[in-house]
Amino acid sequence: MASITMNNTTALFYVFSAVLLLASFRVITARSTVHAALFLVLAFFTASCLWMLLSAEFLAITLVLVYVGAVMVLFLFVVMMLDINTDSFREGFWKHFPLAGLVGAVIALELALVLLPGFAVTQAPVDPALAKLGNTRMLGIEIYTKYLYPLQIAAVLLLVAIIAAIVLTLRERKDSRHLDASEQVRTKASDRLRIVKVAPTITAPKSGSGDTPGGAA
Amino acid sequence: MTLGVITLGHYLSLGGILFALSVIGVFLNRRNLIVLLMAIELMLLAVNMNFVAFSHYLPLEADRMAGQIFVFFILTVAAAESAIGLAILVVLFRNRSSIDVSKLDQLKG
Repeated sequence: MASITMNNTTALFYVFSAVLLLASFRVITARSTVHAALFLVLAFFTASCLWMLLSAEFLAITLVLVYVGAVMVLFLFVVMMLDINTDSFREGFWKHFPLAGLVGAVIALELALVLLPGFAVTQAPVDPALAKLGNTRMLGIEIYTKYLYPLQIAAVLLLVAIIAAIVLTLRERKDSRHLDASEQVRTKASDRLRIVKVAPTITAPKSGSGDTPGGAA
Repeated sequence: MTLGVITLGHYLSLGGILFALSVIGVFLNRRNLIVLLMAIELMLLAVNMNFVAFSHYLPLEADRMAGQIFVFFILTVAAAESAIGLAILVVLFRNRSSIDVSKLDQLKG
C-alpha cells in the first residue's frame, strides 16, 4: 500500500465513473424516453471525459461531436416526432427485474473474476512519440497509411446508411408535381406517338374520262 | 490493485459494470424500442471503453494505436446502425402506430 494518497487523476476517475454509472442507470430506468435520452447524453459526455484521462483526446472529442451532436439529437428528434403512448411501457417493468438483475449480476461477476486478477497493470508507459506528435496526429498517420482501405470501407458504409435511412423513410406526396427523370428517359416513341393508318383520299372518277384516281403524272 | 493508483483493472471493471447495466436495460425495457436502442449504444460504449483502456496501458513495443483505431471504426458502424435503426423505427411506427416489441408478432401467424 505505497500510494494510498489519491492524486488528481484518481479522484477524477472515481467522480467520472460514478456519474457515468449513475447516468446509465437512469437511462434504463427513466420513466420518460426524453429523460432517458438526456441521461444518455450525460453518460456519453462523462465517458469522453474518462477517455481524456486515458489520453485519447481525438476519440473523446469525436464521441462528443458524433454522439452528443448527431446521434443523440437524432434520438431526441425521433422521440419527439413519434406520438408514443408511454403508459404501456411500464407494464411488466418490475416483473422482469429479478431475472434482469440476476443476469446482470452474473455478467458483472464473471467479468470481474476474469478482469481483476489478470490485468493489474499499474503504470501506463509514457510514449515519447505521443508527447512529440500528439494523439490526433498519431491516429491520423495510422489511419491514412496502414488502415486506408478499412477507412474507405467505413466511408462506403456511411453512404449506405445515409441512402438506407432516406429510402426507408421517404414518403411520396400525392399532390407533388415533380417529374420522374428515369421515367422520362425510359419513354419509348410508341408511348407518345401513335401512327394511324388513314386511307388516301380518293377523288371520285369523272364521268366520261379515263383517268385513274390519283393518276401518275 | 490499491485504491490510490488507477490500474487497467479499474477501467475494465467500469466497462464490465456498464455492460451489465445495459444488459439489465435490455431486459427491463422490453416494450420500448427506443430505450432498447439506447441500451445497445451503452453496450458499445462499454466495449469502446475497454479498447481505449487497453490501448493506453499497452507496453511501448506493442501496436498501441490499434485499439483507438478500432474504436474509431466502431463509432462509424454504431452511427450507421443507430441511423438505420431509427429509420426502421419510424417506418414501424407509421405502419403499426406502436413501438411495443412484444406486439411485433405478425410473423408468428
